[in-house]
Amino acid sequence: MLKYKIAVASGKGGTGKTTVSVNLFYTLQKILNQKIQLVDCDVEEPNIHLFTKGILESTQDVIIKIPVIDKDKCVYCGDCAAACAYNAILFVKSISHIAVLEDLCHGCGACSYVCNQPDVIIEKNKKLGVVNSFVLPNGGELIEGKIEIGTALAVPVIGKTLKATDENSLRIIDAPPGTSCPVMETIKEADFIILVTEPTPFGLNDLKLMIGTIRKLGRKFGVVINRAGLGDGAIYEYLQNENIELLMEISFDKNLARIYSEGKIIVEEIPEMFEKYTLLFEKIKINLNEADSDC
Amino acid sequence: MKQIAIVSGKGGTGKTSVSSAFASLSTNKIIVDCDVDAADLFLTMQPTVLETFEYEGGKKALINPEICTNCGICEDLCRFDAIHLVDGQTTVSEFSCDGCRLCVIACPVQAIQMLENLDSRWYISETRFGPMVHAKLGIGEDNSGKLVTQIRDRARKMAKEKDLDLVLIDGPPGIGCPVISTLTGIDIALMVTEPTLSGLHDLNRLIKLAKGFKLKSFVLINKFDLNIAMSSQIEAHCESENIEVLAKIPFNRDFVDAMVNQQTVLEYSPNSELSNQFREIWKRIALEFK
Repeated sequence: MLKYKIAVASGKGGTGKTTVSVNLFYTLQKILNQKIQLVDCDVEEPNIHLFTKGILESTQDVIIKIPVIDKDKCVYCGDCAAACAYNAILFVKSISHIAVLEDLCHGCGACSYVCNQPDVIIEKNKKLGVVNSFVLPNGGELIEGKIEIGTALAVPVIGKTLKATDENSLRIIDAPPGTSCPVMETIKEADFIILVTEPTPFGLNDLKLMIGTIRKLGRKFGVVINRAGLGDGAIYEYLQNENIELLMEISFDKNLARIYSEGKIIVEEIPEMFEKYTLLFEKIKINLNEADSDC
Repeated sequence: MKQIAIVSGKGGTGKTSVSSAFASLSTNKIIVDCDVDAADLFLTMQPTVLETFEYEGGKKALINPEICTNCGICEDLCRFDAIHLVDGQTTVSEFSCDGCRLCVIACPVQAIQMLENLDSRWYISETRFGPMVHAKLGIGEDNSGKLVTQIRDRARKMAKEKDLDLVLIDGPPGIGCPVISTLTGIDIALMVTEPTLSGLHDLNRLIKLAKGFKLKSFVLINKFDLNIAMSSQIEAHCESENIEVLAKIPFNRDFVDAMVNQQTVLEYSPNSELSNQFREIWKRIALEFK
């Protein structure tokens, strides 16, 4: 039983992360006889469910605790406002005004910790998003995180999504775009990271940023080039100079773009692509086995 | 002075190429790249940096093991699951720490301090299209929304000082923290989408988010001919939301080739159908400035 945690990421958006995640999942579901979970951590815009069309089995709310200040009991000392690192408590001593700016609150609990009056700050739940579990027609599972529209806090939803996965399964984790905190939260414990990019100057620039992040984390990774044939050759030169493994190339093809646009699974439509993804997994396995022999 | 942001729920729909084209077409403006996570606009704008600033963004807790008694108080209090006993020493995970300072406040022996992460920079630059404010977020750093707010504030100030008519903003993907900071206080949001199920789904979430702001929304469908039926579906959806679809742009390699040449589409192929289409789009948007 393989228990790999494979993350699929890219600095630039729209390079094909979800395509690679979903098609790798469908390929492995065919060639491996074990539990596999597909995990959607692109919590701002989760899209995998559009392709997998599963049955929603359970939904779990992601909540944080935010303060409610009892203005009658408050002595207006200002300690809570001073303790808040997010400027989420508006305090004007001269007119005895205090208010919680809920959108800025990260729910850390510092204000209620420092408040020395009994029962002045109580906490209420604020919903940041949900973690949905789907059972899929091919027998696999999809765990999807999704933030509420208007929520600025993605990281706690990603954390909860990853916690809801099964450690005894092989997990394919679709990361959000970018290189900042939501991405780090998603990939920091992955065994292997597939970086999906395209051979354009934007693609290369964002790939370099992403590789900087991954090297800081000390994770194993390789690169998939999507839409090969567009753009220029600079990316190939970069990979060669940096000694980075090119795991797979997908040619730019309007037919593939159309299949994707309709929400269909490419490896189920085109046998050649199934073989490509099988080979991709073989390469990842070699990388991960090397890791084992190092230990 | 008006502020317009080019946004998209889904990444990779062409925001930066569209922003670059508008940089060519508009006059008397300042350009801002708010996609601080994966900033690419500099590749077509080729800015000359005039001033560099350190961004004092995410502060992270750091425990001094010489002083720490491993009492576990901070570990119990931390709501970000960022403090754990590692090899017998209570340690903060840099990537999980949210910078709330609760551990610093609660530590009975003052073993914890906040360390500023000074990897992030932001810049005031000059380009062939006018001034530009842009940034580079340090690796794996958080608070990108705060950085977006900071560079937008500076751009707005500069626009006032220089009596400019327009702040042209290349936005980040998604609907989270940096996007909320980008949409706050702007006049026009141009949403760039593509005719895919994902494109429609993500656009829909972005439209819902934008409703919470006082701004005028437009939609632009890029690569519309990759799936004409899906493009029609997006158009119908926009109509039901009462949002004007400004244009449908066909798939065109000129976008990528212009990028490779460090040019805008208007510079790369000024007489093309695509460039003419952008001229029409900009004319329509400019009506909103009057």
